[in-house]
Amino acid sequence: MNSLTKASTLSSENISVWFGQRQVLSDVNLVFPANKVTALIGPSGCGKSTFIRTLNRMHELIPGAGLAGSVYLDGEDIYGEEFDAVSVRIKIGMVFQKPNPFPTMTIRDNILSGLRLSGRKIESADEVVETSLRRASIWNEVKDRLNDQAISLSGGQQQRLCIARSLAMNPQVLLMDEPCSALDPGSTRRIEETIKELSSSMTIVIVTHNMQQAQRVSDQTAFFLADDNTPGGVVEFGATEQIFNGPIDQRTNDYVNGHFG
Amino acid sequence: MGKLQGMSEASVTNSAPVRRKLSAGPLSRGDKWFFRTASIAANFAFVLVALILIFLFIQALPAITSQGLPFIYGTEWNNSKDPIVMQIGPMIWGSVLVGALGVVFATPLAISLSYLIVFMLPSRSAKAATTLVDLLAALPSVILGLWGLFVFTPVAAQWSSLLNSYVGWFPLFQVSTADNGFLGSPFIAGWIVAIMIVPIITSITREVFSQLDRDLINGALALGGSRLSVFRRVIFPTSSGAVVGGVLLGLGRALGETVAIFYVLQLSFDFNWAQILEPKGGAVASMILSKFGEASEEEVSGLIAAGLVLFILTLGINFLASVIVNRAQPWRKI
Repeated sequence: MNSLTKASTLSSENISVWFGQRQVLSDVNLVFPANKVTALIGPSGCGKSTFIRTLNRMHELIPGAGLAGSVYLDGEDIYGEEFDAVSVRIKIGMVFQKPNPFPTMTIRDNILSGLRLSGRKIESADEVVETSLRRASIWNEVKDRLNDQAISLSGGQQQRLCIARSLAMNPQVLLMDEPCSALDPGSTRRIEETIKELSSSMTIVIVTHNMQQAQRVSDQTAFFLADDNTPGGVVEFGATEQIFNGPIDQRTNDYVNGHFG
Repeated sequence: MGKLQGMSEASVTNSAPVRRKLSAGPLSRGDKWFFRTASIAANFAFVLVALILIFLFIQALPAITSQGLPFIYGTEWNNSKDPIVMQIGPMIWGSVLVGALGVVFATPLAISLSYLIVFMLPSRSAKAATTLVDLLAALPSVILGLWGLFVFTPVAAQWSSLLNSYVGWFPLFQVSTADNGFLGSPFIAGWIVAIMIVPIITSITREVFSQLDRDLINGALALGGSRLSVFRRVIFPTSSGAVVGGVLLGLGRALGETVAIFYVLQLSFDFNWAQILEPKGGAVASMILSKFGEASEEEVSGLIAAGLVLFILTLGINFLASVIVNRAQPWRKI
């Protein structure tokens, strides 16, 4: 895989989100610069996972979902006419909270699944498989058992397989929704290393409940908060260093120092 | 290390641990009665099946001994001969053919319906659709048979005529003469069976679909899958084993259905292997119904033997279904 697409800048403009009549997010404006890792932190129910799902149009799959505002990928609105949901999701990959390899497929087929699902031609399958697995730092562990069922891997390996599966699509942006929350510390550390390596070739947005993780992997951090019965929103957004060591808002300070949440 | 050794020495000198008596038995008097009632009821089902088998076997014995093996593959039923000839080969094959047609027609319908209910309809319409399909299962088969005879048969005859004129060169759709009006064929009976088994296949498929991990589907969509490709590559492979089990359960039911097919199928003791538009078919259950009224004592024994064959066939298919369903998701066991 020599022709890696370059990373893109992703930005959200006045994103508000509804489930049915209930508004859960209001006016989120964030910029995710190319090759940077952005962490989204905040207590449960503040809308971070909902927000990340608006970035690759997964939000609209929920019945009754509503949205206002725009998301720009290198200046183009992904909700605009020139994009459809499928082409957005090909460019903007996603890794889920729980490892979700396809249980009926082998490790190899899992890697190729995205290309097959989106109906794209697979030119050099072996190369795609190897490159993707290498980029997700799992190649050495699975290279001799590519035809084993994906489900035979451990939880941490499954999650790295899912990362590799997204990488096979060569995305410009990778969204990660609490990718380590179901994993042990060892697996978590390896995924964090992978995230750092990947940021050289793509833009990464990661939702995390783990403050240390946010500090370890991210360049910038957005703190989300929802007060009782009001839609969630961004309280503070800036360099990770600043959010954790010198937050401007008192609520951010309380949260990152463990006073609530 | 020294301390550890000391400990192991100590445990060696001890005698083997005394195991406590653990019991999951009834906890009180009321419990005991509940336990007994439940086990009697449970055993009753087994006893009943065994008794039915024994009854059928005893009643069928005269016919089985007088007819021998040709009973299940021969093609003649003649009660004026002496000794009487009773052979039901075409009926058994007819049951299988009509059942298979029913499955072929019903399966795509049931899978589409389940997909629609689980993945596409808003919850309120999904509930309504589910209720409607379940109502279909509650429809008495007499009603379905009469509807088939008066309403559906003319329509299906039209379809048959079209099939025959466009793809009649294919052996499956050939008829000996077009004069018979395409009535009473296995094709029509297959549709009636299909309508009867759509609900059971749908309810199993729906259940399987709704238990699928939504993260798998979301994962596939996030990789750029379309509805069709996600269904083809993720949803269907993940649930196919269980769906096949549901289909076989449906088939098991279809084979035993009597009355509905009775009205729409022309029975014949001449084998009709696969000319599905020909008004000539067989169904063990329908045959029993048609002959029972004026059967002699010997014939009754033959008919009961036919019932026994049907029973065993159905049991076999249900057994196969349960094996397949159990093996359906091997990855779950890892």
